[in-house]
Amino acid sequence: MSAGKKGENRTTVERTSEREMTVTRTFNGPARIVFEAWTKAELFQRWWVPKSIGMVLLSCEMDVRTGGTYRLVFRHPSSDQPMPFFGRYIEVVPNARLVWSNDEGGEGGAITTVTFEERDGETQVVMRDLYPSKEALEEASGNTDGMGETFAQLDELLITLGASRGK
Amino acid sequence: MVQHSQSRFDASFAALSDATRRGVLEQLGRSDASITDLAEKFHMTLTGMKKHVSVLEQAGLVTTEKIGRVRTCKLGTRQLKEEAAWIEKYRQLWAARFDELDNVIEELKRKEKSDERRKKG
Repeated sequence: MSAGKKGENRTTVERTSEREMTVTRTFNGPARIVFEAWTKAELFQRWWVPKSIGMVLLSCEMDVRTGGTYRLVFRHPSSDQPMPFFGRYIEVVPNARLVWSNDEGGEGGAITTVTFEERDGETQVVMRDLYPSKEALEEASGNTDGMGETFAQLDELLITLGASRGK
Repeated sequence: MVQHSQSRFDASFAALSDATRRGVLEQLGRSDASITDLAEKFHMTLTGMKKHVSVLEQAGLVTTEKIGRVRTCKLGTRQLKEEAAWIEKYRQLWAARFDELDNVIEELKRKEKSDERRKKG
């Protein structure tokens, strides 16, 4: 319907597979400007931590080039320990594509791919978080209230259903 | 009572046996939709979609509500509602981030324009 309408700027989130979340948003500006806001630390730190989530960014270092690293340190009121987030840029294509790893969680970290596509002065940003497993996705998304179990139950139901129909 | 829940269970199985109906549930997990929206999305006639929704409704998987001339469908199960709520929480974080990013982009655009004007002087 009106989801793709110009200027509406709606953020959509879709679970595109068992282990991938996809976030899409259109911005009113050329790709080079949107890309700049994702890759310059002084700009990035102004939007990555919205006030509403109650966290404070203590430091932000970004060496945005293929093979470069980043490190963000947050403080959350519920903890006196600072929380670091860090990883490596796997691919950097200026004004078009960013791929980075999320290494703070060890093995369970996602690979984040962001693409920037410009059309008529607007830029569509598609961000994909691909996790090593379904469980890793559910854990990382703050989904601790038994969603894994729910999905397992639904899967089971569908399998039983398929079997009973002889498919 | 036992018989009632048994038939409800059978109805759920029957409702989930169809790929379109499973697609409709997945779609409603993302957002509520009218029958017209759903018919369009699944390339079906209004009548065809009404039948599918009615099967889902009888199975207790979907609820519908008519407001004016539009019938809106929502997920009716607790499980699927939970997934929708969880995704909505995730969406709100990104929406908040991106609203701030809008401000940064507007500022960069303004700065670029004023730099251009200065150059043209």
